[in-house]
Amino acid sequence: MTADILIIGAGVVGCATARRFALEGASVILVEKGADILSGASKANSAILHTGFDAPPGSTELACMQAGYAEYLDIRERFNLALVETGAMVVAWNEAEEAQLDAIEAQARENRVSDVSRLDRAAILAREPNLSPAARAALLVPREHVIDPWSPFLAYMIQAKALGARFLFQTEVTGGQFDGEAWSVETTNGIFRARTVINCAGLFGDIVEQALLGEAHFSIHPRKGQFVVFDKAAAALVKTIILPVPNERTKGVVLCQTAFGNLLVGPTAEEQEDRLRATTASDTLKALIDKAVTMVPALEHMPVTATYAGLRPASDKKPYRIRVEPDRNWITLGGIRSTGLTASLGLAAHALELYRAMVGAKPDWRPVADPLESPVPNLAENRPRDWSKPDHGAIVCHCELVTEREIREALEGPLPPGDYGGLRRRTRCGMGRCQGFHCQARVAAMSEGRLRVPMVPEGGAA
Amino acid sequence: MSAHLDVAVIGGGPAGLSAAIELKRQGIARVGLFERESEAGGIPRHCAHPPFGLREFGRLLTGPGYARRLVALARTEDVEIHCNNSIVGFEYQNSGVKLLITTPAGLAHITARRVLLATGTRETTRAGRLLPGERPLGVINTGALQAYAHMERRLPFERPVIVGTELVSLSAILTCRSMGAYPVAMIGEEAEVLARKPLFLYPRLLGLPVLTGTRIVDIEGNPRVSAVTVEGPDGSHRRIACDGIVLSGRFTPESSLARLAGLGIDPKTGGPIIDNFGRTTHPCIFAAGNLLRPVETAGWCYREGRLIARQILRDLQEGLPDASQLGEIQVGEGIRYAAPQRVASPSGGMDCLQLRLERPFDGWLTARDATGRLLAREKIRSRPERRILLPLPASGPENLIRLSLEDRA
Ligand SMILES: Cc1cc2nc3c(=O)[nH]c(=O)nc-3n(C[C@H](O)[C@H](O)[C@H](O)COP(=O)(O)OP(=O)(O)OC[C@H]3O[C@@H](n4cnc5c(N)ncnc54)[C@H](O)[C@@H]3O)c2cc1C
Ligand SMILES: Cc1cc2nc3c(=O)[nH]c(=O)nc-3n(C[C@H](O)[C@H](O)[C@H](O)COP(=O)(O)OP(=O)(O)OC[C@H]3O[C@@H](n4cnc5c(N)ncnc54)[C@H](O)[C@@H]3O)c2cc1C
Repeated sequence: MTADILIIGAGVVGCATARRFALEGASVILVEKGADILSGASKANSAILHTGFDAPPGSTELACMQAGYAEYLDIRERFNLALVETGAMVVAWNEAEEAQLDAIEAQARENRVSDVSRLDRAAILAREPNLSPAARAALLVPREHVIDPWSPFLAYMIQAKALGARFLFQTEVTGGQFDGEAWSVETTNGIFRARTVINCAGLFGDIVEQALLGEAHFSIHPRKGQFVVFDKAAAALVKTIILPVPNERTKGVVLCQTAFGNLLVGPTAEEQEDRLRATTASDTLKALIDKAVTMVPALEHMPVTATYAGLRPASDKKPYRIRVEPDRNWITLGGIRSTGLTASLGLAAHALELYRAMVGAKPDWRPVADPLESPVPNLAENRPRDWSKPDHGAIVCHCELVTEREIREALEGPLPPGDYGGLRRRTRCGMGRCQGFHCQARVAAMSEGRLRVPMVPEGGAA
Repeated sequence: MSAHLDVAVIGGGPAGLSAAIELKRQGIARVGLFERESEAGGIPRHCAHPPFGLREFGRLLTGPGYARRLVALARTEDVEIHCNNSIVGFEYQNSGVKLLITTPAGLAHITARRVLLATGTRETTRAGRLLPGERPLGVINTGALQAYAHMERRLPFERPVIVGTELVSLSAILTCRSMGAYPVAMIGEEAEVLARKPLFLYPRLLGLPVLTGTRIVDIEGNPRVSAVTVEGPDGSHRRIACDGIVLSGRFTPESSLARLAGLGIDPKTGGPIIDNFGRTTHPCIFAAGNLLRPVETAGWCYREGRLIARQILRDLQEGLPDASQLGEIQVGEGIRYAAPQRVASPSGGMDCLQLRLERPFDGWLTARDATGRLLAREKIRSRPERRILLPLPASGPENLIRLSLEDRA
């Protein structure tokens, strides 16, 4: 059978794109080398839904971010997706930074984010009394928000699956040929036929181009970001996202709530060659904590709940690396550096337009008029969680108050997790302050025989 | 479940159970104990080794046996034990505290005139230690290791590295061996092992290298641990192939509920600030057990639970001294912590300060008032892992007591 669309990669971009094409009525295959969705760059980010106020004016990136932002707000209630309306402040800590706020404000207005406003020190401290009084001035961006960075993509994939999309995990694309009609895509799990390929391979986008097109039009230069997540007690200290005045290379270190009721500080921006190893470094983590304490002195002695690192699929140039090969029915959505979470739905819609332009004629697909929705469990703290509802069984993960019912439903759900990380992202079990001290063995027992990568190696370990 | 209690005990480990038993024995009618796990007993439930219970029961028991004895005793005394009950919220009222509880059936409320927090301690996680490297499967604390062994009868690895040289680190080796796993090395950051030296005969007999002054500089593996790289005291690096890491010890009080309740937290102990009656910064909330400080034995926590229960009784019957009149303890350089952090005199309750040091020390431990006048002193020769007890000093002017280490001059 020849599918209409084969998508390489189940990161935020691939998941959103699979949903978009499935809604259009296309037959979709999504091939992912990891054991679960979001196992690449998309597993670790700051979870901010950006307005695009500081994106390059007129760029595809800005357009996709704003379209993605709008669609997210539009569909989120039907999917039961979180939104924490924090707002953000770009805070200037010295004179030089203060001087840059004018330009940032002008850019925001140019990008049609016109509800921004300026705050002086008194107004900053009135809004965030725990912020260090060293804050001189700020630009308030009210519609910068925080989301749950994982559940939306689970929802999109469940919807796509209900519409007939097929997903293959632990399946790596290794090569392929286009015969003028369709692609034969070679994978570690056999060959799949599809008329069009959409490359959403994130950190491996260039390698996939090289393998299937014979040459890559860009090169990925991973940029690592490390984070420290503070205890839930910290979340009460700052409600607004605290952004620094950015520089050319990075948005800089952010202090930001999570949808799960923690406070995070990060990310760093560190260039590296390795595309797989997202490692933390003790000194860097300490420096992040110190930085957070300078911004919010009350964070001194605050316990650390988690540390992690993510790799941005940055490329040799700043813009998104989008490529259409009309002669070979190929689209690359590559180099989605640091705004992919926000832009994903917009990128998916953009891919559909590119596809239409590429094939010329209108495909004879039947779009789903009234798509079935697939609400996902709420994991955000600002709305009721399962523990507050009757008959949840028992609490399994005490730190994050994850119930037995939530874990069971995730394991038995329409898109069960492929590994412990996937189960954590679906339920939050083991993500809290004790990091599985109390619940990991129980969760291992509950998930036995259900994960592609078991928590306890089969037969292997003692 | 009765909606109104005299005392709600939160946490069913040795401290909480002994407190509840004592309260019932002293005639308090409505005592409820809330435990978030499916059974009470606390940490000893998973410690499948002796020695437990020598002082309490005059018998050598394993952890699980000890936990069962405690629970059975509580039942004999008619303590209402509510398992699978997690406290998720506090609300202060005139006459006490309202607790919001999630139970398998749904949310419930109870009010209590007094609350005892006995939520115990756990080990510092990988994140809390700011360890470097990748984040593969198989990096767990001893607590999780013991739970794997106890509940699953198998471990997630065969050749782990044990991080830590405390007593619990040795117990991690025991657990591994009893499950057929062979630890490949034991490493500790400190220059010397932390538990008593003769005990390290055990790892040496197993042929396990014990590397002190050594820290982890990288963790590799995907999806499971494949190696750690460590840096020795001379700065040299060494890569150790392994399939897991047990992070043992570095205990930290499970004070999340205390924080949720808005209680003052002592950054030195990591637990709630208490006075010698076990009273926290809220007059209706008391605390006992290893929530107070890292870390004492089950037997110690058992006795502490009973002692604090008597203070609660006294508070309910005649009232404890006014909390605003308390002397405050300040600890100086070299002292890791001191608890209680506030003292009332004339007192009752705990009759000693419990301290631990940051480094080995041979000299005077002194308590002075705000003017520098000596209140008490004790000659000590101690090491970080040893508990030091200093009889409660009476506080001087400005209600301040400064503890410091002073050389023998
Ligand atoms: C530190 C950090 C902070 C960030 N903060 C934010 C933020 O606050 N807001 C925001 O909007 N964005 C943020 N981002 C950006 C966002 O996370 C990325 O833009 C996004 O995750 C990129 O997604 P992707 O789908 O392109 O790539 P990926 O998530 O890497 O997905 C690609 C997938 O393809 C798979 N794959 C690769 N090669 C193959 C192959 N040959 N065969 C099969 N499968 C293959 C991979 O396994 C992977 O799952 C942040 C990123 C980082 C790293
Ligand atoms: C891994 C490990 C190994 C140890 N090994 C030994 C040993 O071999 N020998 C020894 O003497 N000591 C050992 N200890 C020390 C141990 O802390 C004490 O033995 C003793 O268990 C402390 O008693 P406790 O009552 O203070 O706390 P715990 O025994 O920890 O009991 C606390 C109880 O409170 C419950 N709880 C916590 N939060 C809530 C909440 N929000 N709502 C409801 N219930 C809650 C917990 O589920 C738990 O049952 C060990 C500790 C650890 C962590």
